Amino acid sequence: MDYATLLQLLDTTIRLATPLLFACLAGLYSERAGIFDIGLEGKMLMAAMASASVAYLTGSVWMGVLAGIGASLILAGIHGIASITFRGNQLISGVALNFVASGITVLVAQRLFAQGGRTPPLEGDARFAPITLPFAAALRDVPVIGPLYYEVISGHPFLVYLGFLTVPLTWWVLYRTRFGLRLRAVGENPAAVDTAGISVVGLRFAAVAITGVLCGLAGAYMATALQAGFGREMTAGRGYIALAALIFAKWRPVAALWACLLFGFFQALALRPDVVEGVLQFKVPVTFLDALPYVLTVLVLAGFVGKAIPPRAGGEPYVKER
Amino acid sequence: MERLPKWADLVLVPLVSLLLAAIIAALVIIAIGQDPWEAITVMVQGSLMDGYGWGYTLYYATSFMFTGLAVTLAFHASLFNIGGEGQAQLGGLGVALACLFLPWPHWTLALLGATLAAALFGAAWAAVPAYLQAKRGSHIVITTIMFNYIASALLIFLLVDVLRPDGQMDPATANFPEATALPTLNQLPLFNLFFTSKVPANITLLIALAAAVGVWALLWRTRLGYSIRAFGKSEDAAKYAGINPFRITMIAMLLSGALAGMMAINNVMGEAGRLLQNSASGAGFIGIAVALMGRNHPLGVVLASILFGFLFQGGAELGMWTKIPIEMRVVVQGLVILFTGALDVMVRMMLTRIFAAFRGGKAAKGAV
Repeated sequence: MDYATLLQLLDTTIRLATPLLFACLAGLYSERAGIFDIGLEGKMLMAAMASASVAYLTGSVWMGVLAGIGASLILAGIHGIASITFRGNQLISGVALNFVASGITVLVAQRLFAQGGRTPPLEGDARFAPITLPFAAALRDVPVIGPLYYEVISGHPFLVYLGFLTVPLTWWVLYRTRFGLRLRAVGENPAAVDTAGISVVGLRFAAVAITGVLCGLAGAYMATALQAGFGREMTAGRGYIALAALIFAKWRPVAALWACLLFGFFQALALRPDVVEGVLQFKVPVTFLDALPYVLTVLVLAGFVGKAIPPRAGGEPYVKER
Repeated sequence: MERLPKWADLVLVPLVSLLLAAIIAALVIIAIGQDPWEAITVMVQGSLMDGYGWGYTLYYATSFMFTGLAVTLAFHASLFNIGGEGQAQLGGLGVALACLFLPWPHWTLALLGATLAAALFGAAWAAVPAYLQAKRGSHIVITTIMFNYIASALLIFLLVDVLRPDGQMDPATANFPEATALPTLNQLPLFNLFFTSKVPANITLLIALAAAVGVWALLWRTRLGYSIRAFGKSEDAAKYAGINPFRITMIAMLLSGALAGMMAINNVMGEAGRLLQNSASGAGFIGIAVALMGRNHPLGVVLASILFGFLFQGGAELGMWTKIPIEMRVVVQGLVILFTGALDVMVRMMLTRIFAAFRGGKAAKGAV
């Protein structure tokens, strides 16, 4: 494998890791606050459909992103009502909303555009254009670093850079702000937070809302940046890979970045079986690469790669003492 | 807080949940500019009005009974087995290997062998998540989700690269030999009085019903079943009573995986006659809805399976005869899971209020 191929692979890795990263950080806020969310997939799908539809109809990608966030927030709200207000089973609620999203996205897209559940392809301002970072062209001829900067780091749509900036932001929010401290506390010991006079319900709803916004960005990126439009089931299990990445990263933001890049790299490799074969000197089935994130996550869960301990109060509804 | 009478909790709560799901589904149909009344007419016409429709409804219901029972059994041990889909796919692999590579003289023996293979493969696929839950404390929901994806990747690999006969384009095994074909309901005596044309529902339906009785007997009539339910209610109390948590977790999950795997005799052996990609086609997940709707009782599971068989067959008819896409049935499925599984407290609270108001009214009358 030569340097140019490696750069191509890394470029694809970054593009494919971005939706995982948004969704993974989304799950991180929710789960750190004690609300399990296996509905990341459904929220991404809803956001992808809404953003592609609105971007097509208005011709503005920004309106599309807003619509995507809105659609994702609706599902997040239902999840919040079911699991916080009515203390329902969070896992079942997530499963249910994934199904609702899977069906309703096709229904709406079919109603709006009558193209078999797809949106028409997005063009021009309805899509995110790549941003060329400063000096990218000028530095292109510098050996090694130049092409790396030009090919891999520069030339992505806005949401990619936003996704990567969300990582330090999340770290800062979680570990350096009062809100973050309370958020982490409510996922470990909600009774203590309640005793301190802080609303458990309020904090958890805030966390679920942040999850909604980030899943909205993940879905909007899928439909308006990575691809040009919505297609049925276009998220293709990415919500679950993000969940796997979250466990792999042991619910920590910076580790989440590395986990998403790793899983994104596997996805990039799965697109280039020729490269894999060239490096390993034998044929690897593509499906093996597809399954790798899940296998690795099981290994992590099994405790072979350090122990993954979820937030202690995760999945349990909080009942205020009377 | 006042309590609901037992009959209301058992019957009324699922019915009201179903009604709420139906109302939202009707609103969705109106929102996409279609007529909900027309939709329900088409669904009933296509799935319940003649032997042909029932043949499909019961065929789907058979699959859902197995996956629903699988979820139910694990639920009683307080384990949420969301991996029925993967276990059913592996069950399909077991059926395919048994049918393709063993010489069966008659379908009865083939059925026995294939059932065992399906159960073994399904159980094997549940074994690793069960072990990790019991020994390492890894959350069973997450591991079974991961195993669904690993199963689907494994099957794609096997069907594309290993089991596909030379010269065939689509990723599937060769057709099973003639001797392994199961009789469909229109070929069985007595049943053929009602099912006059060829239907996919087959003799597996009877096995599913037997499995429902078996699960009931296991859970409520044996020592093991008692241990499973005790463990599910309170792990600490069960431990104190000398019940081994590792053993119960393993047994419950293995049985659950075996039940999910056995679904494959219905669709892979009874209907397709070969193993196709994505053979379980979502039935593993519908098992969750069926178990929730059936309140985790085998009788409830059988009834809920028929309801979902109707939804599935009716949904296919919608896709064929109306402008409502077939995906409508996925929405309904999601709504039923949402209302019966996650918003059940809301429904119960609503009903409790209504009952309290009713009783209050009576008491006031009595005072006068």
